[in-house]
Amino acid sequence: MFDLASVRLGDRAAAEADRIAAWLRATVLGTLKRRGAVVGLSGGIDSSVVAALCVRALGTDKVLGLFMNEGESADDTVRLARDLAAHLGIATANEDLSPLLAAAGCYTRRDDAIRSVIPRYAAGWKCKLVLPSVLDSDRYRIYSVVVRSPDGEQLSARLTPAAYLTVVAATSFKQRTRKMLEYFHADRLVYAVAGTPNLLEYDQGFFVKNGDGAADIKPIAHLYKTQVYELAAVLGVPDEIRARPPTTDTYSLPQSQEEFYFSLPYAQMDACLYARHHDVPAAEVAAALGLATDQIERVYRDIDAKRAGAVYLHAPPLTIDAPR
Amino acid sequence: MSDDVRKRLREFVAKNFYLADPDSFDDKTSFLDRGIIDSTGVLELVTFVENEYAFAVADEDMVPANFDSIDALVAFVGRKRS
Repeated sequence: MFDLASVRLGDRAAAEADRIAAWLRATVLGTLKRRGAVVGLSGGIDSSVVAALCVRALGTDKVLGLFMNEGESADDTVRLARDLAAHLGIATANEDLSPLLAAAGCYTRRDDAIRSVIPRYAAGWKCKLVLPSVLDSDRYRIYSVVVRSPDGEQLSARLTPAAYLTVVAATSFKQRTRKMLEYFHADRLVYAVAGTPNLLEYDQGFFVKNGDGAADIKPIAHLYKTQVYELAAVLGVPDEIRARPPTTDTYSLPQSQEEFYFSLPYAQMDACLYARHHDVPAAEVAAALGLATDQIERVYRDIDAKRAGAVYLHAPPLTIDAPR
Repeated sequence: MSDDVRKRLREFVAKNFYLADPDSFDDKTSFLDRGIIDSTGVLELVTFVENEYAFAVADEDMVPANFDSIDALVAFVGRKRS
């Protein structure tokens, strides 16, 4: 029978950290001929583990941690990122994204699109996109926008196709601007840019193409989120970061990754993705997770749909053969 | 009446979504199973139905049973208009 422990590294975690560190040394210094690594630090578990792995592989003096906040970032993002950098003893740089994003029209383009479905949405209001739960029904996973006034009044509406696509396209300025700054520092230092997706994000396409999806190396893209937490323990990532719930930190209202992208909290999502990869019948997964078989079947369909959507995100610029 | 609806819906799907093999696409073909329409495409389909037939699609009606084939769509539009 399928067992949740299948996903865990267990006593292999320390060896896996060493294996990744050896790969980082060979890849960054040897293959790519870079002298170190730039890591954008969000105070989250993934970027913290990637930074700690880079330190183990390359040394504290060869890793640059970047803080890249904007006006809508969560309050604890910078503090936790600074704590991590201090803990690791790495050099840091601080970049304020807000003026760049404002100049690109990130906020105004997004807000105009939201106003097309909620005309009262105005300055000072906050917003986020949410999906219906996959567990409750077989409703299509179509985003709604949720907004909150400064007085705390909350409204929600389904977006039109044009408004939805514009909100996502405008918000993606955040990930793409961060990447632009990471490459600025990487170029000036002859460093590689380290991407921080885990396997859930990488496989399911939870990233912005040419935004957080861009990098020179992705040292944890083969690890389930559960396994990233195990590495965090091995690497001594501070407890507060290991205890913090994953967040997208992309919209101005607090937003869990479940309501924005994944069907389930990460530990269960890991189990389902692992089971899908290993052709485990839905009924076995349902028994292990305490859910109904039809719920797991819906999660499986959602996994397949996201993987299909990720083909575009993963595709490099495509070219055609020389003429015959 | 339902023949007109069927024709309009088929036209919309054929015009807006890529059908790799149009000959094998019939009115029972599942859009999702065949990878014809993703979630953004469903949103476009819902919006088209709302605008074309002048009724609002409730959240709980946005399910494959109503939107995942031409037959399902024709039946759904027929029920909502009657």
